[in-house]
Amino acid sequence: MWIYEKKLQYPVRVSKCDVRMAKLLHEQYGGADGELAAALRYLNQRYSIPDKVVGLLNDIGTEEFAHLEMIATMIYKLTKDATPEQIRAAGVDDHYVNHDRALFYHNASGVPWTASYIQAKGDPIADLYEDIAAEEKARATYQWLIDQTDDPDLKDGLKFLREREVIHSLRFREAVEILKEDQAQKKIF
Amino acid sequence: MATFTQYKVYYPFVGPCDPCPPIRAKTYNTPPQLYVPVQPPGLPQYDPYTALKQGTLWPAYYSPYDGRIESKPGE
Amino acid sequence: MAHKQLTEEYYKLLHEIQAVDFVLVELNLYLDTHPSDSAIIEQYNAYAVKSKQLKEEYARRYGPLQHGDMADKPYSWPDAPWPWQV
Repeated sequence: MWIYEKKLQYPVRVSKCDVRMAKLLHEQYGGADGELAAALRYLNQRYSIPDKVVGLLNDIGTEEFAHLEMIATMIYKLTKDATPEQIRAAGVDDHYVNHDRALFYHNASGVPWTASYIQAKGDPIADLYEDIAAEEKARATYQWLIDQTDDPDLKDGLKFLREREVIHSLRFREAVEILKEDQAQKKIF
Repeated sequence: MATFTQYKVYYPFVGPCDPCPPIRAKTYNTPPQLYVPVQPPGLPQYDPYTALKQGTLWPAYYSPYDGRIESKPGE
Repeated sequence: MAHKQLTEEYYKLLHEIQAVDFVLVELNLYLDTHPSDSAIIEQYNAYAVKSKQLKEEYARRYGPLQHGDMADKPYSWPDAPWPWQV
């Protein structure tokens, strides 16, 4: 089970109302390499991976939900008091007519989240390489998001999230090394 | 720890039929986990506030990014 | 309508909890792949104690951070601000 903690992992700030950046941040909310995809990918793979690395998938998957909440917080703060005129000026009126100021699990282009963004092959090496790739892709997405804003507070939160991808990638690489090791195990067949 | 740089530079071919002023030097990121993919024990740590700020407890795995580094178009 | 006022002390304590808990997150991920590093396990336990103390203080002053923390009267758990609002 999970227990909710009434705090963010990192103090998220934004320094201005910016509907355009809220639209772009949806890439990490409901996009292919976003935080929702990451959380669901790892928490689903953990049932069919050797016990030695279940804990890692479990804990990184859980942390991804904290990151999803940080992205949501950025979007919330960037759009909370945006007027319909500001929304139209930012070119987000297509989102607005369906969702108002609600967030939704779609990417920056409005394509809804789909389970085909994630994989579960059941082969531990295949799954961990998918996870490493997912972390590097998310890291790259954060770079391109940082490139698109001059808001120092928003950049600060995005840099934190980008660094987390670096650490998660490291841990998944270590997991591969753990599974590669000869465990001198008893022959079972 | 192996020496490394956090990004690498490459120089794409510039053709006579490219309409935009060429960006001659482009870069891509090569963060530290690529070089030390298994963390050795006993690495130095940041203090808790700095760790939170940097997004990691481990200076060896800190990867700064403050916007794309590449040459200006046409230069 | 009157909202709860967020003071400088509130943000200071929250930040301290975030910093201490972040160390726990990082040490835990490290231990997931280095389960025999006893020096790090000891450091983890020291930070676990610190985190617990800080959260008890937070619950006393501002209400529970999670279920299982001591509840206040009236029950403030459902009250704003939520994390994305602070």
